[in-house]
Amino acid sequence: MTEHIIDIKHLSKSFSGKQVLSDINLYIRRGEFVTLLGPSGCGKTTMLRMIAGFLNPDEGDITLEGNSLIGVPPHERPLNTVFQRYALFPHLDVYDNIAFGLKLQKIPSEEIDKRVRKVLKLVSMSDYEDRDVDTLSGGQQQRIAIARAIVNRPKVLLLDEPLAALDLKMRKDMQIELKEMHRQLGITFIYVTHDQEEALTLSDTIVVMNDGRIQQIGTPMDIYNEPVNAFVADFIGESNILAGQMVRDRRVAFIQHEFDCVDEGFGEDVPVDVVVRPEDIYFTTDPAKCQFKAKVNSCTFKGVHYEMFVDTDTGYELMIQDYDPYPVGSEVMLYIDPDDIQVMKKERMANVYEGEVTGEGKVEFLGTEFECPTDGFSSGDKVRVTVRFEKVDLLDHVEEAATTGHVEFILYMGNHYHLTVRTKSGEKIWVDTNDVWDKNDYVGINILPEDILLEKVEEDGQEV
Amino acid sequence: MGKRSSWALPYAIFLILFVAVPLLLVVLYSFQDASGRFTFANITKFFTDKDALSTFALSIEVAIENTALCILIGYPAAYILADKQLNRSAVTVVLFILPMWVNALMRTLATAELFTMAGIQLGKGTLLFGMCYDYLPFMIYPIYNTLAKMDRSYAEAAADLGAGPFTVFRKVTLPLSMPGIASGVLMVFMPTVSTFAISEFLTNNKIKLFGTIIQENINNSMWNYGAALSLIMLIIIGLTSFLGKKDEAGVQGGAV
Repeated sequence: MTEHIIDIKHLSKSFSGKQVLSDINLYIRRGEFVTLLGPSGCGKTTMLRMIAGFLNPDEGDITLEGNSLIGVPPHERPLNTVFQRYALFPHLDVYDNIAFGLKLQKIPSEEIDKRVRKVLKLVSMSDYEDRDVDTLSGGQQQRIAIARAIVNRPKVLLLDEPLAALDLKMRKDMQIELKEMHRQLGITFIYVTHDQEEALTLSDTIVVMNDGRIQQIGTPMDIYNEPVNAFVADFIGESNILAGQMVRDRRVAFIQHEFDCVDEGFGEDVPVDVVVRPEDIYFTTDPAKCQFKAKVNSCTFKGVHYEMFVDTDTGYELMIQDYDPYPVGSEVMLYIDPDDIQVMKKERMANVYEGEVTGEGKVEFLGTEFECPTDGFSSGDKVRVTVRFEKVDLLDHVEEAATTGHVEFILYMGNHYHLTVRTKSGEKIWVDTNDVWDKNDYVGINILPEDILLEKVEEDGQEV
Repeated sequence: MGKRSSWALPYAIFLILFVAVPLLLVVLYSFQDASGRFTFANITKFFTDKDALSTFALSIEVAIENTALCILIGYPAAYILADKQLNRSAVTVVLFILPMWVNALMRTLATAELFTMAGIQLGKGTLLFGMCYDYLPFMIYPIYNTLAKMDRSYAEAAADLGAGPFTVFRKVTLPLSMPGIASGVLMVFMPTVSTFAISEFLTNNKIKLFGTIIQENINNSMWNYGAALSLIMLIIIGLTSFLGKKDEAGVQGGAV
């Protein structure tokens, strides 16, 4: 399991000026089940299509067993794809669909016959050879699509959200079958999905992607238990993501309480993000164990467990999952094990932009002009602009705003929301707010003059 | 009778006046002699008239040739139009449709004029040129439609399974675009059988097609024979379109 079958180095791609993949580096071991996981538009499908050969990268290299695939057309790559909408040939029956690739390889017909029957048995579709593909159900078409790909014995099987079109029950069954097929065939699987549960169930290795970049690579356990940033923590499973402060090694403060943890090396009094999974917050009746108190706000039965929202004595809202319900309104005592506190480096402390002083009291950044005090600066000065997250105002009335944007990503931090807003200039601005916005909301953006902090930079970008 | 079905009344009157009655008249005239007596003479006259039969055969031959020519030119044109990498603008599609905005008769007259100016002898070659020019858009459009709507993942799947570009076309794209070709054939073949203006202008009446004889008979007040010929043509066109429809349904049934 240590030999690399695919190596991806410095892969970049943009479509009409928009960067879809930036500097992707990844290797895939022989026989591994790797999942590319991320929200739509994160670049996972683009990456798969580049491995398959339907797209060419702008930069970077993809090698298969040490040989570069760049410039090799798809029909000469020893890989096969299972397409999202199956793409079974409607003018051919099941047998001819599966035999399509084998016939092109000029394999003797008895051999083709044997292999088609064998693969049909593997996907539990024996006796369906003569059926028209349009008479098959979605799940059956899916099996034929898989059979059509694996009958060619590819070195790597690429699967592009193959279960997305199936209903939940069917999807669960197919997940088990896919895993079993992977075990039997020993072929390397590269699987693309936006379904985190599917990724956790199937994969040996998960590659979490967002915004054209790899966020984290790891086993399902790693990804779930030790997310490297707030995006991964939020995307995989349920989580409480909170702003915190590393007091010293093995001691972290959040929700205005101090906790023991197992993380080291962050330094003292360093701002961090903290993730606590809802199933890792425990109820106790022992005052000695209690770390903080809270009041139960809501309690919902979810099948296996109850999902409760509690307000802590310090005014934070936390999600807790437990097998036992606690009545709404009751005061409870809670504690968290040091092992279950995941501390992450803060990805950013404030919004920072390159800007230019354009006149007395005026500075340009985010593709527009803002008013701000410019004492000590003269027109034409290049400046570094810093705006704190909580100092950005979002407005419903876009006509009164300095610029506009769309809410791209929302993170609940226990007592406020941390929003990622894509401005009309294509840049990002992060906003801390107590107001409730929805994803894709069109918002106006204002910043008060005194909240815009300027620092002079030299022409070559060096600070003075 | 709902209130709404009464809205169809004007249309029904129109249909009766301008479709049903004329058709009945054609049938009636076909089985009458000049004095109005019932007879099969008009029909038997056609099947014994060597000239009429050979003209008919020639018409079918020209129609088949024209249809084949339209497929040969129209398919690649439609393919290029539908390929987003080869054709990046919608303007090209309009350019192909633009000639249809000019009246076919005008175009034919202008084409004839051009041939005369260039000193090219009018004959079968010029006839086929004119027909192809007139009917090409009717072939391109249905094929373009099928190709443009075709899911690109079929071609990708074929390439993924090891088919080179030509094999992808032969084994996947072409079979899947058969419904488009079938409707193109219907839209080109049927009108070419009955056309007479193109042959009149582009061959100086040297080549007579079936439509020409009908027109001549009617112009010479031989209403009954003309009507009989029309009826025969109608039946033949009806048959081909019926066969075509069935064929098309078969292809589409396999393509869904």
